[in-house]
Amino acid sequence: MNQLTQTLAPTLERLGGVYLLPVIVALIAFVLIGAPSSWVTLTVAGLSMGMMIFLMASGLSLVFGLMDVLNFGHSAFVSFGAFVAASALAYMAGWIGSESIWLNLLAIFLAFSAAIAFGLIVGWFFEVVIIKPVYHDHLRQILITMGALIVSEQIILAVWGGAPVSVPRPAFLEGSWLIGDVTIEIYRAFAFALALAVYVALYLVLKHTRIGLLIRAGVENREMVEALGFRIDRLFVGVFMVGSALAALGGAMWAGYETLITPALGGEVMIVVFIVVIIGGLGSVEGTLLGAIMVGLMANYIGFLAPKLALASNMLLMMAILLWRPNGLKPAVK
Amino acid sequence: MSLLSLNQMKTSIGQYHVLHDVTFDVPEGGVFVLLGRNGAGKTTTLRSIMGLWRPSPGSVTFRGEDISGLHASEIARKGISFVPENMGIFGGLTVEENLVLATARGKFDPQRLKRIYALFPALEQFWTKQAWSLSGGQKQMLAVARAIIEPRELILVDEPTKGLAPAIIDGMAEAFAEIGADTTILLVEQNFNFAKRLGQGLAVIDDGRVVHTGTMPEFAADTALQEQLLSLSA
Repeated sequence: MNQLTQTLAPTLERLGGVYLLPVIVALIAFVLIGAPSSWVTLTVAGLSMGMMIFLMASGLSLVFGLMDVLNFGHSAFVSFGAFVAASALAYMAGWIGSESIWLNLLAIFLAFSAAIAFGLIVGWFFEVVIIKPVYHDHLRQILITMGALIVSEQIILAVWGGAPVSVPRPAFLEGSWLIGDVTIEIYRAFAFALALAVYVALYLVLKHTRIGLLIRAGVENREMVEALGFRIDRLFVGVFMVGSALAALGGAMWAGYETLITPALGGEVMIVVFIVVIIGGLGSVEGTLLGAIMVGLMANYIGFLAPKLALASNMLLMMAILLWRPNGLKPAVK
Repeated sequence: MSLLSLNQMKTSIGQYHVLHDVTFDVPEGGVFVLLGRNGAGKTTTLRSIMGLWRPSPGSVTFRGEDISGLHASEIARKGISFVPENMGIFGGLTVEENLVLATARGKFDPQRLKRIYALFPALEQFWTKQAWSLSGGQKQMLAVARAIIEPRELILVDEPTKGLAPAIIDGMAEAFAEIGADTTILLVEQNFNFAKRLGQGLAVIDDGRVVHTGTMPEFAADTALQEQLLSLSA
């Protein structure tokens, strides 16, 4: 068995290594599901869900990688993003109900922009007032960020109330495309495309700009970057704000996906976000993407094949991956 | 005037007083060696100079300016570079990215790059490779190249020969000799033969205190003193 693994490992590595995992999962699901149309629908749903989770999780992963900061309050940004976008969309009810696709697009652009702007501002406040005094102290980070999360949830309750809030969708994102026997929900395809565009932008910034180079180096060895003449703590404020804004955008997209949100949304999503960050490998954007796609696909395939196991699917996936790779699928080099 | 002066420098890490009274001057130009047994406080001395651990106020001056309270990034911008014991390279970055990160404006000076290629030809060969894939010797070359990719006045180097093969150590000695011709190097080293080849001045540290300062030729000739301070047998 060991010999077989040793023979196969280099071949798998050449073919793409851990990046092959979602493909393997999708192929196994294809065989088990049997019906190609259902498989396509579930795969699109899984990819779309995965990309939204990626947006919510990427900031958390970078923040931990760069400054070893454990932010349990990260889900507050998701919740704020969802509620701000919901309110903005409700305010623009005339535009989103319009038959003009341009007014629809403008409404969703403004709603998502409001969520991002809110995420940036709340992220800045969070970092400067709450996180900065507890750098390098994990226990206090956990306590204070959990406290901040509770305060944030109470603020949401006070502003939006405890009843579920309905999230209107622009008219052009309602309904499904029917291609042969395959049904693809338009909103899911839109969410996938938008999140993919954000990932590509993030990737380009990290790989091809000096700021990105500093972030990647800082995740590996913060002290050495400082010894080269750079202030990582100042860079960290920016990374924290962008991470918060991405979480808020993810929350806004998730709100449109769920169409009915409650103040508990952030807390519910956060469990999945932590699982994604852990299985992807802390500090790694590529790992977070891989982990998020795996979680999205598994949740949809298992939800279809074995609904009773659906709730446990993420935990089982995390256990299996950590037994195989204790540092996650694609951890940042440390 | 000395380039770098340590004056009764004290450093504590947590509740432990690691350096009690470190005093020595590093003259401008050449290689100055800091020797000592394991755990004597050599690495702590370099890290304190670099601002990675906070030394006592007023105890470190660089070109006459007190730098003891400055952040590591400010000390680096004053013209001091650091090659740590673990080399501190960024494994996930390519050789090129490791070097470009150390440049002030993200661009290479062609003359300096040419010099680095001449000193360490392996770096040109592995230019686009991720640094984790390099051998130990190549990683050390990259760490030293990163320290000189911009003009620096002082380079702090912590045990560059640790774990390297003898052939690589010879090459490293030649490189340091050349770098030391126009840049001051403060070298921490346990390999006395390597230190002897390069050093002009030296300080010996023991239990967080400087116990000897002098010139390398004198120290190299005094086997009794070597035995006493470093437990080196003739």
